[in-house]
Amino acid sequence: MKKIFVVLLVVLLSACANTKPNQYYWGNYENLIYKMYNKPGDADPGKQIQLLTEDLQKAQAKGKPVPPGFHAHLGLMYAMLGNAAQSQVAFEQEKTLFPEAEPLVSSLMDKQGKEAEGK
Amino acid sequence: MIKIIKTSMVLLIAIVISACQTTSPYDYSKLQVSKPRSILVLPPMNDSVEVGAPYTFLSTISKPLAEKGYYVFPVAVIDTFMKENGLPTPAEMNSVPIAKLRDTIGADAVLYVHIHEWGQSYQVLSSTAVTKAYMKLVDTRTGEILWDTTAFAQQQSGDGGGGLVGALVGALVTQIMSDAVDHTPTLSASANDRAINDMNRGLLNGPYARSGQSK
Repeated sequence: MKKIFVVLLVVLLSACANTKPNQYYWGNYENLIYKMYNKPGDADPGKQIQLLTEDLQKAQAKGKPVPPGFHAHLGLMYAMLGNAAQSQVAFEQEKTLFPEAEPLVSSLMDKQGKEAEGK
Repeated sequence: MIKIIKTSMVLLIAIVISACQTTSPYDYSKLQVSKPRSILVLPPMNDSVEVGAPYTFLSTISKPLAEKGYYVFPVAVIDTFMKENGLPTPAEMNSVPIAKLRDTIGADAVLYVHIHEWGQSYQVLSSTAVTKAYMKLVDTRTGEILWDTTAFAQQQSGDGGGGLVGALVGALVTQIMSDAVDHTPTLSASANDRAINDMNRGLLNGPYARSGQSK
């Protein structure tokens, strides 16, 4: 009697829950966003690049794409380290995967171009 | 005895079923006409005393929106970009005319978020962690609200068994542990996931949603 009750409850509750697998490989992306604002010492640009690059390899191994924003975020980390070339490669990659990113990427690259001229 | 069990069983099942349902259907007409592909999430406005709340929220919103099928602009890149362009705080970012966000960033829709409650509070025998945020999705062409919801989650701890002494020790242990562990990212992630995937008033699927998904 008790067992039936518990099983029934679980079935009913799981009917409300959303348990489908993710379509993207998320890795460290959101956790790094949390850390860079709450514990910046744990997520300096070098550390982020290292972890995000590992995520890219893991995503590939699993055959899943990385989420929207991932490559642009990686590009920002390269830019913070002053690596303009790698940063542009990452921004371009974001645009290739998601055409919706085109206006943002143009704005970011305009800004980088102007900063380079100013130097 | 069996009668009591039976009655309480029926009651509990009724409660569980009603927990899944809300009464009136949500009006999706504007969202269905607008069909946004991309969503820009601005750093939230914050009514709570927790200063870190806006950025903790930001670390829990990309996943549910992207998994729903939308292009989500990189939240930290947007924040950095806006700060470098003379907008140092969420309040200033939220007051940028929406047409300008469309021009410079190219977003189809902007998610404006307002945090109402955030953080852990301690009572004598227990501690409660809570996250509560209102969000609205606005069309960058028309300025119309396409969808809105409140994401809410709460976690209570410290009311384990063992009588009063046990409860006091439990509360103390939980409080000490809570100092080290920030529960709000987990809570906020679950609140956002449930609000966005709610069967009756969740967000509709975006263009990257896999076929066979519910909405």
